[in-house]
Amino acid sequence: MPYQLIWVIFLLPLAAFALTGMGTRLFAKDRPALSGYISVAAIAGSLILSVWALITVLSSTGHELPVPALDWLVVGSLNVQLGMIVDPLTVIMLIVITFVSLMVQLYSQGYMHGDPGYHRYFAFISLFTFSMLGLVLFDNLLITFVFWELVGLCSYLLIGFWFQRPAAANAAKKAFIVTRIGDFGFLAAIILLLSQTGTLDIGELNNLAVTGLLAGSALTWAALGIFFGAVGKSAQFPLHVWLPDAMEGPTPVSALIPAATMVAAGVFLVARMFPLFESSEAALLTVAIIGGVTAIFAATMGLVMTDIKRVLAYSTISQLGYMMLGLGTGGVAVGIFHLVNHAFFKGLLFLGAGSVNHAAGTFDMRKMGGLRKVMPWTFVTFLVASLSMSGIWPLSGFWSKDEILASSLANQPVLFWLAMITVVMTAFYMFRVIFMTFGGHYRGDGHPHESPRVMVLPMVALGVLAAVSGLVNVTGGFGAFLGHGETHGFIEGLFGIFTHPLPWFGLILAGAGILLAYAMYSAQWLSPLRIRRFFAPLHTIFSRKYWMDELYENVITRLVLMKGIFAGFQLFDSHVIDDGINSRIIEQGIVRNFFNSLKFFDEKGVDGAVDGVADTTLGAGKRARKAQTGQLQVYGLFIVLGILAIILLAYFLS
Amino acid sequence: MEFPFLTLIIFLPVVGALIIALIKGLSATQIRYTSLLATGIPLVLSVILFALFDRSEALAGVIQFEENISWIPLIKAFYHVGVDGLSLPFVILSALIGFLVILISWKINMRVREYFAWILLLQAAITGVFASLDFLLFFIFWEIELIPMYFLISIWGAGRKEYSAIKYVLYTLFGGAFILAGILVLFFATGSLDMVEMAKTDLGAIALAIPAVITFFFFFIGFAVKLPVFPFHTWLPDAHTDAPTAVSVILAGTLLKMGGYAMLRINVTMFPDVSELWAPMLLGLAVINIVYGGAVTLKQTDIKRLIAYSSISHMGFVLLGIFALGQVSMTGATLQMFSHGIVTGLLFAITGIVMHNSHERNITKLGGLAKQMPNVAIMFALGGMGAMAVPATSGFIAEVMVFLGAFSADVVPGAPIFTIVGLLGILLAAAYILWTLQRVFFGQRLEKFDGVKDADRVEKTFGVIFIGLMFLVGVFPTVLTDIINTGISPITSLFGG
Repeated sequence: MPYQLIWVIFLLPLAAFALTGMGTRLFAKDRPALSGYISVAAIAGSLILSVWALITVLSSTGHELPVPALDWLVVGSLNVQLGMIVDPLTVIMLIVITFVSLMVQLYSQGYMHGDPGYHRYFAFISLFTFSMLGLVLFDNLLITFVFWELVGLCSYLLIGFWFQRPAAANAAKKAFIVTRIGDFGFLAAIILLLSQTGTLDIGELNNLAVTGLLAGSALTWAALGIFFGAVGKSAQFPLHVWLPDAMEGPTPVSALIPAATMVAAGVFLVARMFPLFESSEAALLTVAIIGGVTAIFAATMGLVMTDIKRVLAYSTISQLGYMMLGLGTGGVAVGIFHLVNHAFFKGLLFLGAGSVNHAAGTFDMRKMGGLRKVMPWTFVTFLVASLSMSGIWPLSGFWSKDEILASSLANQPVLFWLAMITVVMTAFYMFRVIFMTFGGHYRGDGHPHESPRVMVLPMVALGVLAAVSGLVNVTGGFGAFLGHGETHGFIEGLFGIFTHPLPWFGLILAGAGILLAYAMYSAQWLSPLRIRRFFAPLHTIFSRKYWMDELYENVITRLVLMKGIFAGFQLFDSHVIDDGINSRIIEQGIVRNFFNSLKFFDEKGVDGAVDGVADTTLGAGKRARKAQTGQLQVYGLFIVLGILAIILLAYFLS
Repeated sequence: MEFPFLTLIIFLPVVGALIIALIKGLSATQIRYTSLLATGIPLVLSVILFALFDRSEALAGVIQFEENISWIPLIKAFYHVGVDGLSLPFVILSALIGFLVILISWKINMRVREYFAWILLLQAAITGVFASLDFLLFFIFWEIELIPMYFLISIWGAGRKEYSAIKYVLYTLFGGAFILAGILVLFFATGSLDMVEMAKTDLGAIALAIPAVITFFFFFIGFAVKLPVFPFHTWLPDAHTDAPTAVSVILAGTLLKMGGYAMLRINVTMFPDVSELWAPMLLGLAVINIVYGGAVTLKQTDIKRLIAYSSISHMGFVLLGIFALGQVSMTGATLQMFSHGIVTGLLFAITGIVMHNSHERNITKLGGLAKQMPNVAIMFALGGMGAMAVPATSGFIAEVMVFLGAFSADVVPGAPIFTIVGLLGILLAAAYILWTLQRVFFGQRLEKFDGVKDADRVEKTFGVIFIGLMFLVGVFPTVLTDIINTGISPITSLFGG
């Protein structure tokens, strides 16, 4: 494959953005459908080329496609080039991004139909896809940061798409600022790496870490800084708070941003810089711990939400925690494998939730029920995705989750047990959703119906992948492609996995979670109400989200910063600096005295006509009106006098 | 003799001002077009200058388009103008802002003749500062700028305009006195007013009447008032808040840059040893500017005052880049000045439209305007992207260069720590920009603003020019960094870089 086509993959969505953002807005305002077609065509082109790139990389020796670099910025010791890495990690990400984006865009044509911001929507989606592609393609950490930030900007624009709704505007702002706290760490790491190594080339940096030329505390701090960026972007504890609120965006956006692609950027970044992490035990351990803790922490909140999208949001945070745990204990292939599978099943779950909303007009599960009969397609695909995420054999989630559990058992036993508990919770909350939404009788007051074909088809396509994408590593081939593990036969892998006790254990736990959900929400053997009462304190903690929003927003932001420190600065600025030091010393002290002495000179030396100079400073506001021009003439006079003085002095000295 | 580009760029606005002032009976429209011409031609000339400027490394630090004529032989004062890589970007910026400001002032209806005459005179003075290579000439341009500023704020301003105007004059005068003292010290020691010669002279080897450290701070205080640097910054919010829109744009666009430019041209270049010695303290001030300025910005409720305080924070990055004394950091600081001129110029211009059309400037009373004025909202959002350093805008690359350069410059001890603290500035910027955007433009549409007009054609025109340049520099920073670099590299060599 000619390397120029890699650039085309990247630039097609940008072209779509330019066309839908400006072109159609100006020339085809009355034909909104056009922008949808343009975006879809562009992203489909990117997908086809990405598949070609995958095949090329698979078949090439060394699994890499060289792309010549272009100069971008050279100043002194700073040399930033636009080069690309096209290796297995990149092409896998390309496929995931372009495929999920294509599905989401197809679906959006139905979901966003008739929205007044239709042009804008597709423009933003295209820009977002472009930024994601840039993020995974370029080989310089500064350029990665460029796209990292652009992805953040696009998520801001998409989450706040319905900006007239205060909740959406708030959520967008929150998402941007919270992720930017993480970016602070990423940027600090970039700065540190440049000063330590003189380069920001990802390949070189990784080499330096592998060969030990970059080591010690600098490396650890750099790795931690990068990870802090990933914590923000991938919504890990303690920066996870933005993601649930981000559900205020249109639902297909939720599928694209918090589910499939943007949040995966953090996981990707850690994977891309993995040699740095591998060389620092502390950094790797941090990744594993944050991942493991986030997984269970978010799952607890998922147990009690009644808004279907919120459940999915917390499940996303939890699953991202799994990915981090996989990276921290098992390496790149383990984490990325779950990323790929998760992108398909979680993308699908969000589209399903959107479809349900399209039908029932609400996201509140208490007003749903019985939708299985009227929305068979939505139900079946949603069920497949839920089973997959719960880790049921042989669906995709089973395979990647099993790898994460196995690697954490081998390396971090404590985290392993947390992850095992999370398995039960995951199965429970997903099937709680299934039973509340699709089971029983309809409790709402609308007339639910199946969604149009343009929405159902992408769900089916994602459903197929959510079922089978895990099979790519049954032979160990996926791991080998990413550089580690060994391969074996397909059938051997498919059934041989049960020669180990762990998968049995995981399946039993998942089954227990499903059973519990069935008992509570379908068969009603157990009353949810009584269980909730029994666990009242826990229920309160979970449903109030551990009061972290309150802590961040009310305590830290409002109280400590806005009413405390910043208000203190403001008072200091207006009273001490402005009224105090500046007006006392500068305005009245120095300038007034300076003027007075000049005035004295002026009265004696020139004539008495000029007065009121000192008044300038004394009653500035009031008196200025009267003597406006006078003062300036005086001032002009002083300039002239000053110049005269210089000339005279020079004359006498020479 | 070569074509006198710089003289024309500086003095054509003066010609315009004289025509407007002296020819009676010009209609308002004629005055506007005369002004447009008197700034448009210099803009075209400055673009030609940009194209003709020789960027080769061999000419680093060499003055181009030089004009040097004896002026007051008695004190060896020359009419000496020229540009190198450091000053050219500012000459272009100044010509550009000067032109756009005429468009921004298009709706001025009060005392039109005087207004445009003063604006044109102001324009000439600012450009003159950047092009002067003779201390006396430099100082005269520096001080003359005060007079039009005074009238523009006190007559066409709003609120406590007389107070703000006087305050501006006093502060600048205060700073100017120090600058004059510094110039006199140098003049008596060397007998020359030539800034180029002075830069080549080793002032450490010459006995100055006043120690070099104090002379350094004479200049520094004068320039710090202008930039402004904490604690000399309080004139800025008042002047900005009460000035007419166009004057705010000039203030943010070019006037503040006189301070940063002069620090590089005079403090750093002529006193490298003192700079290096005192840099840690100045970096501390820079960080205070960034963090403190950003924090106070968040407390503002007047939309113009808010942007004024954000300027203080952004100028902190400039100070950080300059006194980290590294090649990348100083290039970044220069780029940041250019970028801030465009970005904040745009924000002030847009804010002016909001205030003019909605008759409201209190953020807590604004809201939902994106529905009534979509184009204004888009332009403000794009300007905000630049202010909070989103990639692809000029603000991003400038600030990142400052950070990267300051951290790794290795000239000033402690610079890495200051840099890391300074990074907080981009967080604060995101907070105040997004919060403002939300409070002014997002949320429910308010009925009281129904019927508020969106940007008209003239306003869209200057908006698009600002935005286009912001992205041009952000995506292809080499258009400027190549030039700036030739101006900065001779300075870097003073620090063994």
